[in-house]
Amino acid sequence: MLLLSKKQDWLGNIRGDVLAGTVVALALIPEAIAFSIIAGVDPKVGLYASFCIAFITAIIGGRPGMISAATGAMALLMVTLVKDHGLQYLLAATLLTGLLQLISGYLKLGSLMSFVSRSVVTGFVNALAILIFMAQLPELTNVTWEVYAMTAAGLGFIYLFPYVPVIGKILPSPLVCIVALTGAAIYLNLDIRTVGDMGDLPDTLPIFLWPEVPLTWETLQIILPYSIPLAVVGLLESLMTATIVDDLTDTTSDKNRECKGQGIANIGAGLLGGMAGCAMIGQSIINVKSGGRGRLSTMVAGVFLLIMVVFLDEWIKQIPMAALVAVMIMVSIGTFSWESIIHLKQHPLSANVIMLATVITVVWTHNLALGVFVGVLLAALFFANKISHFMYVGSVLDEVTDTRIYHIHGQVFFNSADRFVSNFDFKEAVSKVTIDLTHAHFWDISAVSALDKVVIKFRREGAEVELIGQNEASSTIIDRFGVHDDPEEIEKVMGGH
Amino acid sequence: MTKQQAQVLACIDGAALTEAVCDYAAWISKKTEAPLKLLHTINHHHETSIKSDFSGNIGLGTQEHLLEEITNLEQQQSKLKLQQGKLILQAATEHIEKKEIFPSSTQRHGDLIEAVIDLEDSIRVLVLGLRGQIHESKENQIGAKLEAVIRSLHRPILIVNDTFKTPERIMLAYDGSEAAEKAVEMVASSPLYEGLSCHLVCVNNNEETASKLLEQATKKLHSAKNIKVISAKLKGKADQELCAYQQEHDIDLTVMGAFSHTRLHDMLLGSFTHKMLINTKKPLLLLR
Repeated sequence: MLLLSKKQDWLGNIRGDVLAGTVVALALIPEAIAFSIIAGVDPKVGLYASFCIAFITAIIGGRPGMISAATGAMALLMVTLVKDHGLQYLLAATLLTGLLQLISGYLKLGSLMSFVSRSVVTGFVNALAILIFMAQLPELTNVTWEVYAMTAAGLGFIYLFPYVPVIGKILPSPLVCIVALTGAAIYLNLDIRTVGDMGDLPDTLPIFLWPEVPLTWETLQIILPYSIPLAVVGLLESLMTATIVDDLTDTTSDKNRECKGQGIANIGAGLLGGMAGCAMIGQSIINVKSGGRGRLSTMVAGVFLLIMVVFLDEWIKQIPMAALVAVMIMVSIGTFSWESIIHLKQHPLSANVIMLATVITVVWTHNLALGVFVGVLLAALFFANKISHFMYVGSVLDEVTDTRIYHIHGQVFFNSADRFVSNFDFKEAVSKVTIDLTHAHFWDISAVSALDKVVIKFRREGAEVELIGQNEASSTIIDRFGVHDDPEEIEKVMGGH
Repeated sequence: MTKQQAQVLACIDGAALTEAVCDYAAWISKKTEAPLKLLHTINHHHETSIKSDFSGNIGLGTQEHLLEEITNLEQQQSKLKLQQGKLILQAATEHIEKKEIFPSSTQRHGDLIEAVIDLEDSIRVLVLGLRGQIHESKENQIGAKLEAVIRSLHRPILIVNDTFKTPERIMLAYDGSEAAEKAVEMVASSPLYEGLSCHLVCVNNNEETASKLLEQATKKLHSAKNIKVISAKLKGKADQELCAYQQEHDIDLTVMGAFSHTRLHDMLLGSFTHKMLINTKKPLLLLR
């Protein structure tokens, strides 16, 4: 089932896919190296992971044309694991991450993405951009002026080269930046840090290896606290990226298949000596921009990357870190949602608070999963608060029978329950109280107990209490799903609004 | 069945067979008094990129800008396709109105299969050409989507492969199968076949079985008014024999059940319907 794909997905756009895949591969190499450095492992770990994840998701992923590889979001989560326990535990954690993602794919947890609101997504993306930028700062502190000059020149190449007539649109500008800066560093014999100083590069094709960790309970206790956030963040970023690619290409994707694909890709990465990864927002945009649409583009990116690094490792070693930093600054700028800053003024305050809270939490903790958790929680609270305003209690006094009739309209639930109670006048001395609930919705137990409280209070004051329309009001309390498909049922539950 | 609303749906794409499709659809519409509807589908090839930029960099707002750019390009393309489709529909409408039948027309995005499945409930008969635009020049191939459409739709489908000729003699391929049985009932009950002569043909190497089968079917057809029944027994390979008979007796239209086996069966043994679609020179009415 996972291997099934339409011929169109592979061969619908061969020329565009091959060219775009090549452009992406060239941009992936510096990223994979940079993210390995963030995680604290040899560059080859990120490069093997990038090849493996791109290759596998090309075949079994749910979103053709999306680029997955080693990512910053994931790298940031594994820093302490690598520092405390070493690479082998990272590989084991990667395997477990893949397994968790695979399971969540089968449990169809991809649909939980609907709880992640737009503001949280924006916050996630912005936080990610900020983290990628911050990760470059160590390369820019306590260094000679040459490094600053090189980085500035690199950014200049990246953003100005496309304006050069003819070749500007053919040659990827990040590649031009890297080649030019490497050439300059060698020619001028500059004493600055290069990729080779950061650890081993791949010199062979990846080989199958089982992580050298004891298969014990202790191992699980070490890796599980890392694997869970890794799995969550990986799926979040992958599904967000899938949505972005969906929008850009006006096509749909299979989100649950994507979850399974990410899972298998990470299992594959773990077994071939790579770190956990996920979909990449920046690279996927570059792919679409370069004309990539099909599965072939992702596969070409992965395979081309591996060929390049295995055969050109002597040259890649000489790339100055400054060039890498320039590329990563580009990635962080490209990932940042510029629109979200422009829209700050137009969006409601609650949306901005959710977005900023997500960003602040992530930047504070370096954990995107926590940020999303905070964002979703805030969004839910804001929503509950908004809905609670849709409740109103009206009343009339029937002097003949000495009866006070209350009409309840709207949503009664945990958040509006107190306000519901406070709307009754218990001090009024009447012999009978009628509460008409026909147009009220009692969503939870809090609402029911609030009503009980009201009834008891009135009875203590010596009034007879009559409830009207109890069935209609409480029909919403039952956790019935699928009601939304049936217009008649909705009318029954939501009637009068 | 709600015969009142069910329509004759003619799928046209501006290929060479479009006119014939319109003519046959008009003929069915006239005889059955079912309203005629013309359908044109606009296919978008989102899996192919329109424009590419290999500068490989991303800056502030690249994503929003890219979305805007792609949307603009696709909007222009789609507008053109929409306009082309309108012209095709208009031409077809004018052509049919000469016969004093006034069709309605509709355009849908996406591919033909999706469109006919969406419209299935309102279809009485689907009329479509054997080859669409893409396959126009390929003699030995049937349109790529044709089989998928036939398999996914549970309505009679008329496959048009030649210019229009008012059918006078029809051939009913009968083998006693469930689908064939339905075909017989259909012919007996539909006003479409009134006044035509029907050649009831059975290909079976066992003569006795053939006679028995033919006898049953003939009885059923006789109950219908105004159909002349001529029965024939043939031996040999069904598709070849039927096509030969078709030419020999100048048959205008062949009626048969279609794809009664599963896809797997057909993949291994070859599908009879598939062979007929390739070999026949005359329109085929497939009943599912």
